[in-house]
Amino acid sequence: MDNLSELLHGFTIAVTVPHLALMVVGVLLGILVGVLPGLGAPNGVSLLLPLTFGMQPVSAIILLSSMYWGALFGGSVTSILFNIPGEPSSVATTFDGYPMARDGRPTTALATAFGSAAFGALVGVILITFLASWVAQVALAFGPAEYFAVYFLAFASFVGMGGAAPIKTVVALAIGFAIAAIGIDTVSGSVRLTMGIDELVKGVNFVVAVMGLFGIGELLVAVEEEFHARAVSSKIDWLEVFRAVGRLPRHSVALLRSAAIGCWMGITPGGPTAASFMSYGIGRRFSRRGRYFGTGEVEGIISPETADHAAGTSALLPMLSLGIPGSATAAVMMGGLMIWGLNPGPMLFVDQKDFVWGLIASMYVGNIVAVALVLLTVPVFAALMRIPFVVIAPLIVIICVVGAYSVSSSYLDVVMMLGFGVVGYLFKKLFYPLAPLVLAIVIGDKAEDAFRQSMLMSKGSLGIFFANKLVTCLVVAGIALLLLPLALQLFARIFRKPASIETTTQEKVII
Amino acid sequence: MRGTSLFLLSVSATVLAGPMPAFAAWQPQKPIEFVATAGPGGGTDNLARAVQNIITKYKLTDQPIVVVNKGGGSGAEGYVYGKASAGDPYKVIFGTSNAWQQPLVSKVAFNYTDLTPIAAMAQDEFLLWVKQDAPYKTAGDYLKAAASGDFKMGGAQSKDTDEVLTRMIEKTGHVKLTYIPFKSGAEAAVQLAGGHLDSHVNNPSESLGQWRGGTQRPLCVFSPKHLPQGPKITATEGWGDVPTCVEQGLDIKQYEQPRTVWLPGKVTPEQAAYYVDLMKKVQATAEWKDYIEKTSQVDTFLTGAEFDKFIKEDLEHVKQVASEQGWLVK
Repeated sequence: MDNLSELLHGFTIAVTVPHLALMVVGVLLGILVGVLPGLGAPNGVSLLLPLTFGMQPVSAIILLSSMYWGALFGGSVTSILFNIPGEPSSVATTFDGYPMARDGRPTTALATAFGSAAFGALVGVILITFLASWVAQVALAFGPAEYFAVYFLAFASFVGMGGAAPIKTVVALAIGFAIAAIGIDTVSGSVRLTMGIDELVKGVNFVVAVMGLFGIGELLVAVEEEFHARAVSSKIDWLEVFRAVGRLPRHSVALLRSAAIGCWMGITPGGPTAASFMSYGIGRRFSRRGRYFGTGEVEGIISPETADHAAGTSALLPMLSLGIPGSATAAVMMGGLMIWGLNPGPMLFVDQKDFVWGLIASMYVGNIVAVALVLLTVPVFAALMRIPFVVIAPLIVIICVVGAYSVSSSYLDVVMMLGFGVVGYLFKKLFYPLAPLVLAIVIGDKAEDAFRQSMLMSKGSLGIFFANKLVTCLVVAGIALLLLPLALQLFARIFRKPASIETTTQEKVII
Repeated sequence: MRGTSLFLLSVSATVLAGPMPAFAAWQPQKPIEFVATAGPGGGTDNLARAVQNIITKYKLTDQPIVVVNKGGGSGAEGYVYGKASAGDPYKVIFGTSNAWQQPLVSKVAFNYTDLTPIAAMAQDEFLLWVKQDAPYKTAGDYLKAAASGDFKMGGAQSKDTDEVLTRMIEKTGHVKLTYIPFKSGAEAAVQLAGGHLDSHVNNPSESLGQWRGGTQRPLCVFSPKHLPQGPKITATEGWGDVPTCVEQGLDIKQYEQPRTVWLPGKVTPEQAAYYVDLMKKVQATAEWKDYIEKTSQVDTFLTGAEFDKFIKEDLEHVKQVASEQGWLVK
């Protein structure tokens, strides 16, 4: 194995005292920016970027990527504890992570999330190590039609399996698409749906939407339900951290399935967000305890977290080998590469072996450093849950307001965030699902662009979605997922007495 | 304290020196915000951060500088922000020619006249790129093949510089191209590498890695003369070896995208002069030369009347293309 010897050489670069120290610093900074919503990994990395100009490129990328790992882990903390996802990709973690933490098991929720995230990241790195050249080829096969098919698959895997009434899911999706359409349209270049507000030309930022929908929305519901009566008693329990991680192998099927989904979505540049949603949706269908998803299920945390990190890690590969940044953070790092005098692209693997393999080796080591550090912080974060609601509620409001403002220093964002809070509250009260809404806000405009680019290419013929094996498989899989629940219901009606269906759908948990 | 005393010093110096040029008087008294009208990692963002880095390194001002990204709406977010900050000399807006091109073709809530022009600091060149294994070797061959009418041209954004150039190629080369807009030139480059497009018109830095990697190659550059030689990119060729499009029978003499620097409207001439001077100092450093070379841009410095003239000419040209295509907004 050529790659293996290259990797060992990479380890000799990555595992040195200064580099290990950089990893620790990077991870700690990353956890910090990840935990503070609104700051997030892309901003954190761009703040740090000027400091790296005088460094060796390898040291610089190790610092920045360690910060990225730290931020990915840190982003899950607020999702689980306060229902405020710091990154688009940790939205799906709130669905089961938050209920579990609220149930008095924050330690378990955090430790499970970190453990499975580390597993996902590890699978992603292994994939990069051994399949680098093949992966780069797969990514190239993706044109607009294939992109659209992947997004369609993500929507289908979620819609088809949603617990809520299908019509409510469709309504939520439609509202999400409308919000995603605000601002300048890539394909026509015209301004859409700004309703006379000049500033809306920038579109609706995801962080603004999500902090309102989840953070403020949940807070409003909690206030109404007099949530403070149920004080959460969480002991600082070190053993539980290890017990939770130790229990992970029992869910090996979920872990492997989610890692596979994550890697696949990372390579086909669907990205971590689509991966985590899809993994959650598929997990709900195929897990034995799928019907309890949304109430604090362990596998409901494992599925999105594993897929998110597997995708996040393997998404760095297209950046290095093709120069396509898979995420906002990767885009900042790519800017860094250029400034350090490196050009991302296929030649990087040939010209800059030390850099590439040093980075890949640092992914192994950096993730181990990150998970060790982050597991140490679990009891500290879990202790936050013991703070009484009367103290934490204003804190959440402050975090959301500051977070929304810091996205682009705009008061309009704060107002919109509060507006989304009301929308989130109404959705909860009326049993509309929030997940499809958020999914549509996050990848709705990308799906639209991809669809319209395909239509331009094919001069309006839908045949482009069946033009080759790859895209046909993706579209057929999407349609199948969409129709699966219908088909199953139909079977149930034919083979059983048609009574029980109506009641079960009503009882299902709305997320 | 240091800032204040320096300020007092310079004021007293001005007083003592008597009739000095008035613009030496203004100095920034609080932190300066660099507004990049692009997301992190884009060309405009890289420029803002490179300038920030040089100013900080050489202590060209005592005030700290922060870079913020306002790239929403193809950069409109940053320009609208600049318009809303009228009279505030602590916001410096970094953009491109879309400061005057965008208001022509979409209903954005700003025009370049709402801003105070400082300078155009670098010019990005455009090249015609095709897939590495494409059969045509020259722009002439390309045009012949494109006569079939089903060639797909990719580019960044819609009705922006890339599409304007595409329409110019259509007109000059008497062909019809299907233009597919993407979010960025980098995306278009990947699509070309995958064979989903036939060509694109990326800037050198957007496709440098792809050229080295042997997935695509430039046919010609839209410039009156060859680019500076610089180091070799592939085993045999560097930027200077790329022929001009005119040489190859595609008669578009020059097409460039300037990187532009602006202040909000209603600032005083002294304040504007301060920043013109600051950018001139930046441009004199070795780090700037390094930045220009690494991003394969052309060093230039247009300010005052020259810059105005450039804008007017470019505007006229784009207006003509836009009206032919029916893009102009009423």
